[in-house]
Amino acid sequence: MTALTVEGLIAGYGPEPVLRGLDLAVPEGSLAAVLGPSGCGKTTLLRVLAGLHPLREGRVALGERVLSARNVHIAPERRGIGLVPQEGALFPHLSVAGNVAFGLSRAQRRDGRVDELLDLVGLGGYGARMPAQLSGGQQQRVALARALAPRPGVVLLDEPFSSLDAGLREELRADVRAALRATGATALLVTHDQEEALGVADLVAVLRDGTMAQLGTPQQVYLQPADLGVALFVGDAVVFEARTGAGVAETPLGQVPVEGGDTGVGTVLVRPEQVHIDAAGRAGVAATVTDVFFHGHDATVLLRLDDGAEVRSRVQGPLQARPGDGVALTVSGTARFFPAATQPVTSAMASPS
Amino acid sequence: MAAVAALLPLGYLVVRAWEGGGDTVWRVLWQERTLALAARSIGLAAAVALACLVLGVLGAWLVVRSDLPGRRVAGTLLVLPLAVPSYVAAFTWIAQWPSLSGFGGAFLVLTLVLFPYVLLPVAAALRSADPALEEVARSLGKSAPRTFMLVTLRHIRPAATAGALLVALYVLSDFGSVSLLRFDAFTMGIYTSYQGTFDRTPAAILGCVLVALALVLTAGERRARGAAAVASARGAARASAPVPLGKARIPALLGVVVLVVLSLGVPVYSLARWLLVGRSAGVDVPDLLAATWGTVTVSGLGTALTVVLAIPVGILAARYPGRLARGVELGSFAGHALPGITVGLALVFFGIRVAPELYQRTPMLAFAYAVLFLPLAVGAVRTAVTNAPPVLEEVSRSLGKGRLATQLLVTMPLAAPGVLAGAALVFLTCAKELPATLMLRPTGTDTLATELWSSTEIAAFAAAAPYAAVLLIVAAVPAVLLDQFLRRGGRQ
Repeated sequence: MTALTVEGLIAGYGPEPVLRGLDLAVPEGSLAAVLGPSGCGKTTLLRVLAGLHPLREGRVALGERVLSARNVHIAPERRGIGLVPQEGALFPHLSVAGNVAFGLSRAQRRDGRVDELLDLVGLGGYGARMPAQLSGGQQQRVALARALAPRPGVVLLDEPFSSLDAGLREELRADVRAALRATGATALLVTHDQEEALGVADLVAVLRDGTMAQLGTPQQVYLQPADLGVALFVGDAVVFEARTGAGVAETPLGQVPVEGGDTGVGTVLVRPEQVHIDAAGRAGVAATVTDVFFHGHDATVLLRLDDGAEVRSRVQGPLQARPGDGVALTVSGTARFFPAATQPVTSAMASPS
Repeated sequence: MAAVAALLPLGYLVVRAWEGGGDTVWRVLWQERTLALAARSIGLAAAVALACLVLGVLGAWLVVRSDLPGRRVAGTLLVLPLAVPSYVAAFTWIAQWPSLSGFGGAFLVLTLVLFPYVLLPVAAALRSADPALEEVARSLGKSAPRTFMLVTLRHIRPAATAGALLVALYVLSDFGSVSLLRFDAFTMGIYTSYQGTFDRTPAAILGCVLVALALVLTAGERRARGAAAVASARGAARASAPVPLGKARIPALLGVVVLVVLSLGVPVYSLARWLLVGRSAGVDVPDLLAATWGTVTVSGLGTALTVVLAIPVGILAARYPGRLARGVELGSFAGHALPGITVGLALVFFGIRVAPELYQRTPMLAFAYAVLFLPLAVGAVRTAVTNAPPVLEEVSRSLGKGRLATQLLVTMPLAAPGVLAGAALVFLTCAKELPATLMLRPTGTDTLATELWSSTEIAAFAAAAPYAAVLLIVAAVPAVLLDQFLRRGGRQ
């Protein structure tokens, strides 16, 4: 069943709307990530859903209930939509328990709902503390508990992990997902971090220029991107102009099978982890290592083919390659093919670094 | 609405001034005496502002940036004169040296009381200045003094000019100390013309001129400041290393000590001496208590009215920025520019004509305080509400609380300390206010300020001393609260 439906949403601030006909459907109980570069309208979408910003056209509904439409505007307090802002935004004058209890009726407070939620986010026994005494991650946990307490139809999370350092972020992501699953809450997470969106969400909505570029599972978005722009945005890529025919693309890296039966001239895309290096230089296309970026868990190797084309390869485990080494390259798996006529590269969608 | 109500009496004053017709206005304006009064007041304001600028910037730099011995203590002592009303300072000086008078006396006393108005904002600006900017200037080959001129001075310029403006406005509208020091200033001219003649039209005209002078000054400062807009550096500023004074240490320390002795030592010593003299002569305790009660009730009522009017205006200005917020900012400077004597005069005319049943009754005086100090309170409310982030209100709404409930449960508790601090400031200012109180006080009620003024006028220093002492105490309580609040706010 669909919990949250957005249809043809147009909204913005100046004469040019930020959101230009956005459609989105989030099934009940799922965690959807809204992914997009800054300025694509993520925050505006969030504010329209929460009732903090009016829409111009379109419709927002929670289940069967219309929340926003042209002449409908349900007040934020009557929507049943929880909000976890960036950096938590706890009420500094209330204790942790006071924050979590803020949206509860008096009866609910006595039910032990507050303790239940604090346990859920791993902060049992912290009720008497003041927000200033908590770390950044703990504040985010309280903010989530506070939003979940009144059992909202949907919880909106606005880049909740962006201010935390890497280790903490990982741990908190896992805990937040567990807490959302445990309560069965439907959640919408706004982020500009591809890894975060792909790693944590059931469903990824890629937003571009105020419209939906693609809505799918993380695997779909990564492996079957709707267009080149999405492909470049959600992950690292090796791109060639190439000709395809009979399910095979003629690329500088040799013949690579492509998905779909398209033939003709266009752009072929493979992910760097599909490019394998044979350090002994025996089988495959000859290339020269130009640079190596070591990431710890893996490494990115920059290579130049003999015809001058640049290729990136992601290599697991120990690697002996050094700049200047001659190696051989092979490609595994299938590539994506985007015919030239229908797939102009979208300039607004920057490639991740 | 509140702003309109506040400006009504002033509009009335302008109307009243025009009643005599253009000829009368012209005649009064071109009188030799009017011009002389104006020249004297402007001269005094300029001289005091300049002196305060020098003392304030030097003092702030010594306290914040140098390795002056005991600079923390000096920092506190150099701000304390702010708590001394200028006419109390004037009283303590002439009680000690009765011959002190005229331009020199007014210049000395006002400078010693007012230099913290420059020192305080400049010290704050120096503290907030990112030392990286100065370090970059040094690394680009500029010497320390050149760096001060090129970088530091630019950074503190807005704070310094704003402080100097406050000083100049204060001097222009000051009534108590110039009258005690027998310096024939513009405000004195207004008061004598109000007291001495049946025709009060000249007083109204002069009152308008004083407001106009103040507005011109404010506009000039705004332009000067606008040109010197400084981009604030990003990131948390570190504390910069203190600059070694070297051989200048001892003279600098001596200078600071002399300044503290003159601005604080003399008033305290003189007050203590005359309190002792007065004790042997016997203090009129019931009178003192009555005056204290008068000050507390009148100021309390004035504060309550002011804050009640200020809360909606402040919230509006904070949450819906734009024209209104700019209007409030301008109004707050115009508010500093509104001399108490003009507002008093305006309300006298307004009271006699429009609301005679309120004339010389407590509500009228409370209203005068509200007109005078509303901008002060609005500024405090606005700052307090601005510091309560709007995202908290949004979260509260998403948790099912309506607009009003959100204001009550979130915004007001967060803003309360700031609003209370603003109220303390207004109360302190009401308690110190002299000219409007003198003109509008309820019949039969005396306040500490009016008693002090009338005793000093007839050189009854021993009789005046207890009033001065109690006034300092009454004004000090909210000042201490205010200081506590600011310190706590600074830590968060």
